Amino acid sequence: MLTTLLIFFPLAAALLIFVLRSKQSHVIALSAAFIELILSAIAVYQFKTGDVYDLRANFLWIERIGLSYYVDIDGISLLLVLLTTALVPLIILSSFGKSFSKPSTFYGLILVMQMALVGVFVAQDGLLFYLFWEVALIPIYFICLIWGGENRGKITFKFFVYTLAGSLLMLIALIYLYLQTPGTHSFDVDALYAAGQSLTYPEQGFIFWFLFAAFAVKMPVFPFHTWQPDTYTVAPTQGTMLLSGIMLKMGIYGVIRWLIPVVPVGVITWGYTAILISVIGIIYASCIAIVQKDFKRLIAYSSIAHVGLIAAGLFTLTATGLQGAMIQMISHGIVVVGMFFIIDIVFDRTKTTALAELGGIRNVAPQLATVFVITLLGSVALPLTSGFVGEFLLINSVFQYRPWLGAVAGLTIILGAVYMLKTFQKSMSGETNPLTASFTDLKWNEKAVLYPIVVLIILIGVYPAPILSISEPAVAKLLELYSPLTAIR
Amino acid sequence: MNALYIVCGLGLTALVAELFNARKILSILVILGLAAAIGLTIPELGTSISYFTNMVLIDNFSMAFSILIMAVTILWFWMAQDYFNQDLEHYTDRASLVLFTVAGGILMVSFNNMAILFLGIEVLSLSLYTLAGSKRDSLASNEAAFKYFLMGSFATGFLLLGIALVYGATRSFDVQGIAASVVIGSATLPAFFYVGVLLILVGLAFKISAVPFHFWAPDVYSGSPTSVTAFMSTVVKIAAVAAFVKVFSVCFAEIAPSWSFVLKIIMILTLAVPNLIAAAQDNVKRMLAYSSVGHVGYILLAFLAQPESSASAIFYYLCAYSVASITAFAVLLQVEKSNSGTDIVHFNGLFKRNPLLAVGLTIALLSLAGIPPLAGFFAKYLVFIQAIERGMISLTILAIVTSLMGAYYYFRVIIAMFLQEPAGDTLTVSASQKILIVILVAAMFALAVLPDYLLELI
Repeated sequence: MLTTLLIFFPLAAALLIFVLRSKQSHVIALSAAFIELILSAIAVYQFKTGDVYDLRANFLWIERIGLSYYVDIDGISLLLVLLTTALVPLIILSSFGKSFSKPSTFYGLILVMQMALVGVFVAQDGLLFYLFWEVALIPIYFICLIWGGENRGKITFKFFVYTLAGSLLMLIALIYLYLQTPGTHSFDVDALYAAGQSLTYPEQGFIFWFLFAAFAVKMPVFPFHTWQPDTYTVAPTQGTMLLSGIMLKMGIYGVIRWLIPVVPVGVITWGYTAILISVIGIIYASCIAIVQKDFKRLIAYSSIAHVGLIAAGLFTLTATGLQGAMIQMISHGIVVVGMFFIIDIVFDRTKTTALAELGGIRNVAPQLATVFVITLLGSVALPLTSGFVGEFLLINSVFQYRPWLGAVAGLTIILGAVYMLKTFQKSMSGETNPLTASFTDLKWNEKAVLYPIVVLIILIGVYPAPILSISEPAVAKLLELYSPLTAIR
Repeated sequence: MNALYIVCGLGLTALVAELFNARKILSILVILGLAAAIGLTIPELGTSISYFTNMVLIDNFSMAFSILIMAVTILWFWMAQDYFNQDLEHYTDRASLVLFTVAGGILMVSFNNMAILFLGIEVLSLSLYTLAGSKRDSLASNEAAFKYFLMGSFATGFLLLGIALVYGATRSFDVQGIAASVVIGSATLPAFFYVGVLLILVGLAFKISAVPFHFWAPDVYSGSPTSVTAFMSTVVKIAAVAAFVKVFSVCFAEIAPSWSFVLKIIMILTLAVPNLIAAAQDNVKRMLAYSSVGHVGYILLAFLAQPESSASAIFYYLCAYSVASITAFAVLLQVEKSNSGTDIVHFNGLFKRNPLLAVGLTIALLSLAGIPPLAGFFAKYLVFIQAIERGMISLTILAIVTSLMGAYYYFRVIIAMFLQEPAGDTLTVSASQKILIVILVAAMFALAVLPDYLLELI
């Protein structure tokens, strides 16, 4: 019941906003997002106390289509739901004080997006998962289309077609699995697992690539990433935050829930290839990030590098890699939202994101500079920040898999430090120029967004155990599947 | 059967309505009459009765499609008020022609005898030729009527010759009779029987506008008055597809290998060609015409995968498709009225001119493109599931590629509506059209949330 409420409460709030078209849409949206955050906190409480029956709902919805409404929350889902419900209020808050056209539509779409994201993370029925997966694309597409920047028509369309193509391949794979389930077929997660695991070796390979295509586009992993830098750059800041902070995690979550347990033999066979392209992507994206002249594009490329490392860790199929991926998803979500907001603040004051035109902001806005430093350190994985825990676990797992791959993937930390510190140097330090001289420091709503982010980055870095312990049992359960298969690995 | 009587009766009433000066209440009368016909048909669901010495069979298949035809006609009448009002002199003629088309359509989904099929097609087509040319002072409309008549006559000729050849081989016009001879004597059937089957296939492929027999469709669709185009691409398409499905699933299912290869090529072409051409269209009306040809490809894919058990999936596909099409045409009509054109540029900034129209059209196009959670997605999903069940993975991938092409041209319109500067002042819409669009949008969601009932009809 609670899970259902978590999914549909944002939708109800969104409809309310659409209908009222009030001037106070932003306040309604923020209150709704806070209530949703409280609901997710109740979910955590229930999960911790073992009262999990209330979190599950399962009934047949459309019999002839084989669709059940089956939602449940386990450790992996819970962390991602928490990430969503924690970031959405911050994202909404970050838009306060700005004026743009049709605000009620804007906030409504953000909440519809939240509904779809929570749905993706809790769905335990293959088709229901697919529905939410696709529904998530619609609001973000329109957010980018209506409120985006220059040339947005073409860029957002490229984004749409890329993800739609990947999703449709996933749909074929899901239908194929569905038809392998015994009796009157079912999309139930366990039935699909059983069906996938019973497939022959070549079939598992084909299912692997069809599913992987959808997830790889969403993350995005090299070479499926070409839509990402343009889309991140052109989208309005809140859209970029949704895309990079939460939507990207849909792809990683998809791999964990709907790829690794479904076709184990396919994953073992092709896992090496997947890790290889992920590691190539890390180096490739980091190198491009170093030469970027635009602040926003730089962060977009750095995001590809971070996600590449997460993907590599996933396919090592070790507890270290999966746990690292879980915590790094949380950390990356928080850090990247903070980072894009800082860029937005800089753009708001100076009307530019070109690094060459910035400089000396630290002199006039010390608070912003401090917040930026901490976020930056989280991004480059300095010990005692959230980024360190995840990246350490991930690199460790890749190193165990193939030492040389681990060594190459480890370069991400060095390269990351290079481009992030260069960014800081060019934008914050140095002498102020006419553009940055009148830079005002953080306003109240900017503080309200950035301070929690900074606190979380440090808190998770110092004491990650609560987060790791939430996902640990679920990850262990997932990997039990692979213990009989270690021989062929 | 009551439905057919009522529709014919309404048609005759419309013919004489001018005499009694009953023009004003005619629309209401037609809508109420059709609603009554649907109301009388629903309780009969589940029965199977034949009429006229077994020439007409009213079973669930026929009733489901008849209800769909009449329901879409009601929505169409609601949508096309301007079409009737702008030429009051011909108000009643047009109404009666539409109703006779519907009567022909009902015959086409209820036949149990090849003669009735032919009769149904002719009743439907003759009325339609006239409707296509009903804008007498427009050259395009005249051209459309002429082309449609010429091509339609050809197709009917093929069909008739095919029926005659099949009769020669099986000594029967009766659908069950033909099926029985095919089952018993499939080894001894003469070669000209197969020629007959192929000719019937060609004749019906013309009617459902499958490639390469589609050349008439874009010209006729774009030349006819927009309301008539909406009628052709929904009501007429439903009837033609249902007739096609019935002929080939009942009569010739046993000898599927002999025609399935030809149909497969037709299907591949129907998926690929119109979707490619539609992507290059700058006129939305013409784009919708090509896309409506393309949708036949998905229906054929479902049919080809499982000729004997795809009727309910096809029925659902047509429901989803018709509702979305009517919505798209309802908006198209409003834009045409305000900008006197249907090019993509006329849709520029529609979101700012009238948000309801823009959102309605967006949802309709998303449904046509097959984006969840709209009805169009479930329709495509059912098609894919039928195809993958029979191992047609490569054809399913082709269908996915064409869906992406579909997304491309539908999104061109969406982008124009949301992104460009308005192509005119605020667009005002009458209250009844507003209500209609809200109802249609609700229907697209409702069909998606509760498709079970529709799927169990057949």
